[in-house]
Amino acid sequence: MAVRSRGVPPLWGSATLVFLAGALLLGLAIGPAQIGPGAIIASVLAHLEMFHRSSPLSSVDEAILWQVRAPRVALAALVGGMLAIAGSAYQGVFRNPLADPYLLGVAAGAGLGATLAIAYAAAGSNTGVLLPLAAFGGASLAVAGAYVLGRSAGGARSTTTLILAGVIVALFMTAAQTFVQQQRSETLREVYSWILGGFGTADWRSVTVIAPYIALSCGVILLHRRILDVLSLGDEEAASLGVHVRRTRLVLVIAATAGTAAAVAVSGLIGFVGIIVPHTIRLLVSPSSRAIVPLSLVAGAGFLVLADALARTILSPAELPIGVVTAFFGAPFFAILLRTTRRMAL
Amino acid sequence: MSYALEARAVSVTAGRHLILSGVDVAVTQGEWVAIIGPNGAGKTTLLRALAGIIAFAGQVLIDGRPAVMSTRREMARQIALVPQRPETPHELTVAEYVLLGRTPHIGYFATETRADRLAAERAIARLGLRQFTARVLGSLSGGELQRVVLARALAQEASILLLDEPTSALDLGHQQQVLELVDRLRRESKLTVVSTMHDLSLAGQYADRLLLLDGGKVVVDGAPTDVLSEGIVAAHYGADVQVIKDNGSVFVLPRRKEVRWVR
Repeated sequence: MAVRSRGVPPLWGSATLVFLAGALLLGLAIGPAQIGPGAIIASVLAHLEMFHRSSPLSSVDEAILWQVRAPRVALAALVGGMLAIAGSAYQGVFRNPLADPYLLGVAAGAGLGATLAIAYAAAGSNTGVLLPLAAFGGASLAVAGAYVLGRSAGGARSTTTLILAGVIVALFMTAAQTFVQQQRSETLREVYSWILGGFGTADWRSVTVIAPYIALSCGVILLHRRILDVLSLGDEEAASLGVHVRRTRLVLVIAATAGTAAAVAVSGLIGFVGIIVPHTIRLLVSPSSRAIVPLSLVAGAGFLVLADALARTILSPAELPIGVVTAFFGAPFFAILLRTTRRMAL
Repeated sequence: MSYALEARAVSVTAGRHLILSGVDVAVTQGEWVAIIGPNGAGKTTLLRALAGIIAFAGQVLIDGRPAVMSTRREMARQIALVPQRPETPHELTVAEYVLLGRTPHIGYFATETRADRLAAERAIARLGLRQFTARVLGSLSGGELQRVVLARALAQEASILLLDEPTSALDLGHQQQVLELVDRLRRESKLTVVSTMHDLSLAGQYADRLLLLDGGKVVVDGAPTDVLSEGIVAAHYGADVQVIKDNGSVFVLPRRKEVRWVR
């Protein structure tokens, strides 16, 4: 029997990539204008210089495909991949299967920032620019606050203290957010629709704005996938194996938070992805972070693109909030998975 | 000559409590020193300080070189620590778990090389665990698990092995088996072993030297036959024992003070 670690099994790796490709294609194909998958693939090839082909689509269909649907699909993929990989990092770093990217107050902080931006933005100013910035700032501030509070209370030694600090910061920021919301009740609807999350306003600009954060964050987390397995032995043993536990934890929390904050800034609060996707892979493929981390990235992207496609179609032409879709379809799926797999030890 | 491992005036505080105060230990290469002492004497704390994973005052030297001059990774290549209750994730295979012991040799962001896999394979073979390679840790017995943990420490290829109560969870036969194994590894690979031990008879039989800690201080440091006496055990453990010396070995037997019930 060979002595080696289970990384990403080739079969699961390719299956996940196929899932993502299928989801992307479906995401591009679904909508009021009829554009078939064949035409989409031909149009994609036409956009790649080396094939020297012309697109079979009309210029209107081209515009719908590349200016309306593509940025939306790209954004959903980026956000889904980010939330899932951040979830896998948080679960590894905190050695807690219930950890998700919002654990240390990202959601509450971003909520407060967004609410402030919506409520107090000068009349006529463009909330489209201000809102993501405010949400990003609020999210980062919340996690920084939780980390400092947790550390000063001895959280470096016990992750429980850190999680508790996150809960406290989140409660405080939620209270502040509710207060602001009450002061400006006329903005309630806008705030609520932001909190529910969605990709209705997606454009290429938001894709390019968040892509660098997400790429950097995913890169850092991917590089740590083996170290996350070492951390699963606990702080002391990881330290005795030469790992700087505190430093590693800080780096991973910063990376996961920056990426999550960027995702939240453009998409609102989308729950469930960060917890369901890593756990599905843990149950189906392997308990090792070396499989969970990269597969979460790919599967999370596919999952959210699919969820967004559903959100657009179920009540078409109206849109469902995407958080409703992720939980409504994700929860039963996960329940079935838990019942059918015997690997219950999380 | 410098010692393989040396502690000079090592003190550890937790809050306002002094857990270790001014402990001096010197261990020569290839020696097995057992740290004994009553509960709360600071045995585990001393091992953690020697491994450099807790903060302490004083100095620890490895091969005569102050440990503070080494990085965490360099330390981990010289000292392997087996905690009393190691974390053994249920779903990891034996191979994966032992490979984690190679961490100090693997570049921080790299994956293991062929050399690492071979080292893990050797450790697995030496502890007779070949048939368990693909098994998950959750399916192993206590004795098997203890050997797997030792294999992980061995894969680390450190010259100093720190063992915290290596036999506390094992039955009599497995206690002997594991200690014989440690002794064999020590002789074959010239390892230096420092272990904490509850069972004084076993400590006396396997260790070259005993270090008795009480209240965070070294009380006695010497050969088993000198350290294990009825007086010393009574004074520091508050136990009534009979010490039997036989052919160079020492046995410490608990003795009931008075037998009140006669049937």
